[in-house]
Amino acid sequence: MRSDGSPSAPLGLKLAAAGGLLFLHLPVLLIFIYAFTTEEKSFVWPPPGLTTQWFAVTWNRPDVWEALSLSVRVAAISTAVALVLGTLCAAAVSRTRFFGRETISLLVILPIALPGIITGIALRSAFSLAEIPFSFWTIVLGHATFCVVVVYNNAVARFRRTSGSMIEASMDLGADGFQTFRYVVLPNIATALLAGGMLAFALSFDEVIVTTFTAGQQQTLPIWMLEELIRPRQRPVTNVVAMVVVLVTLLPILLAYYLTRDGDQIAGSGK
Amino acid sequence: MSFEVAIPTRVAPAILPGSGGLRSALSDLFWRKPKLLLLLMLLPPVLWLGIVYIGSLFALLLQSFFSIDEFSGLINRQFTLKTYGDLLQAANLDIILRTVTMAALVTFASAIIALPIAYYAARYARGRWKALFYLGIMLPLWSSYLVKIYAWKLILAKEGILTWLLAKLHLLWLLDGWLSLPIVGGNSLSVSSTGTFIVFVYVWLPFMILPVQAALERVPGNLVEASSDLGASPGQTFRNVLFPLALPGIVAGSIFTFSLTLGDYIIPQIIGTSRLFIGQAVYSQQGTAGNIPLAAAFTVVPIVIMGFYLWGAKRMGAFDAL
Repeated sequence: MRSDGSPSAPLGLKLAAAGGLLFLHLPVLLIFIYAFTTEEKSFVWPPPGLTTQWFAVTWNRPDVWEALSLSVRVAAISTAVALVLGTLCAAAVSRTRFFGRETISLLVILPIALPGIITGIALRSAFSLAEIPFSFWTIVLGHATFCVVVVYNNAVARFRRTSGSMIEASMDLGADGFQTFRYVVLPNIATALLAGGMLAFALSFDEVIVTTFTAGQQQTLPIWMLEELIRPRQRPVTNVVAMVVVLVTLLPILLAYYLTRDGDQIAGSGK
Repeated sequence: MSFEVAIPTRVAPAILPGSGGLRSALSDLFWRKPKLLLLLMLLPPVLWLGIVYIGSLFALLLQSFFSIDEFSGLINRQFTLKTYGDLLQAANLDIILRTVTMAALVTFASAIIALPIAYYAARYARGRWKALFYLGIMLPLWSSYLVKIYAWKLILAKEGILTWLLAKLHLLWLLDGWLSLPIVGGNSLSVSSTGTFIVFVYVWLPFMILPVQAALERVPGNLVEASSDLGASPGQTFRNVLFPLALPGIVAGSIFTFSLTLGDYIIPQIIGTSRLFIGQAVYSQQGTAGNIPLAAAFTVVPIVIMGFYLWGAKRMGAFDAL
């Protein structure tokens, strides 16, 4: 019996693994076909005919554009806030050991460890106690809170691989703290931050549970979709939007993967 | 040949002079007092998370000790345990029990589906296949939550692809038989608890695969071979060698599947019966009913359950597999 080289898997295991992966991927692919269906009123399969007219209809819908623009703005600002807070926290935690260090990691992870509805209703009840009206900024406040952890995870993994002696060498060569940060630390962690930022953007862009509690009357794209799922108005438009959302979220995930794949910890493994 | 030595006209000093100004003063200060730098670095994130998040959690907890005036519908800001008494009504206990049962079933099913994928990815997939497996798990994990639910609405609808497929296979009697059962059945799969269960498993499955795979990556391949050399059947090897080593990963994954199912209110609302889950109860109590104290008390249930769960998981060493 060989003990090295690559053994081949038993057939049963191959089938079970392939079946599991198909289960994960086929449902989403189905959306692509439904985006072209001519049927308006029901989810009938197989589609009676194929058409591209719904793309034009969706393109001319102002509510879709408004929701998309709000989502992009919220995600951009939340990502920016999360990048600053997450990086600061990761730098502090990974470079020094201090009292309460474990508590800080727990504090960062808590917003995604607890179910989203708890984060959502906690924020909502805090807003109502403090009498803060719902606005664009209340959405950002919630999103930035749970996006910090994604940036933090990526940055911590990268800091762990970066040797501290580089920073000392830079200081020995006469750079001050700010120069060291600009020319030594930042180039080292840049790709990790980029990956973390993209994942944070994807997380915020897709978030719906917390947003339903912090948005008031405004509609982000996921809220728009949720409305359509509960009270469908024009199903084909929902199909098209769903397909576009799949394609748009694909890009940051693939990019984040390629930016960090050489490391021991790959971005995104802890959503 | 001449050996001319270039004589430097100006010797660069070994130590550069300080650039002067505020920037250099700050830089020197941070170097002399690393604790100050640490404090300044920690202050923004800790303030943000402490005030925005922990503050909100306390606000929520505080509200659960208020009560609602049944006649005026106004919130009475007096400390009382009355709301927790309301929580223990039979209807509410039913909701809690239903949610916990669903979470346990979903966790169990995800573990079964996740094991072969994780084991194959950890032990047999190499090079390009390994990357493919990784992305194959990562993409569904990160793709839009609502789109995933929507896809299942298309699949499970009465006129959808699943009914069509079963009709082609002449298996419709099986579906009709299942749907006529009490509790798990319904008019169509998209309005039955079976549908809710399938969608929960689908949406949380990647959260289970990743930690199980991480746990199995650490199992050396020759351990499995040693087991079979010593005469164990594949089943025995799985039960006595692989499964115990994968268990911390399964427990770590179950933290996600369990917690996410406990708190979700969108999946059972879109695909499922009219029987409520904890998340839906919270949502309707704070929204239409306007009873924020009871909604707050309801959210304490998953927090307490997850507290015990995390405590048990920590004792089983699940956090090393995260």
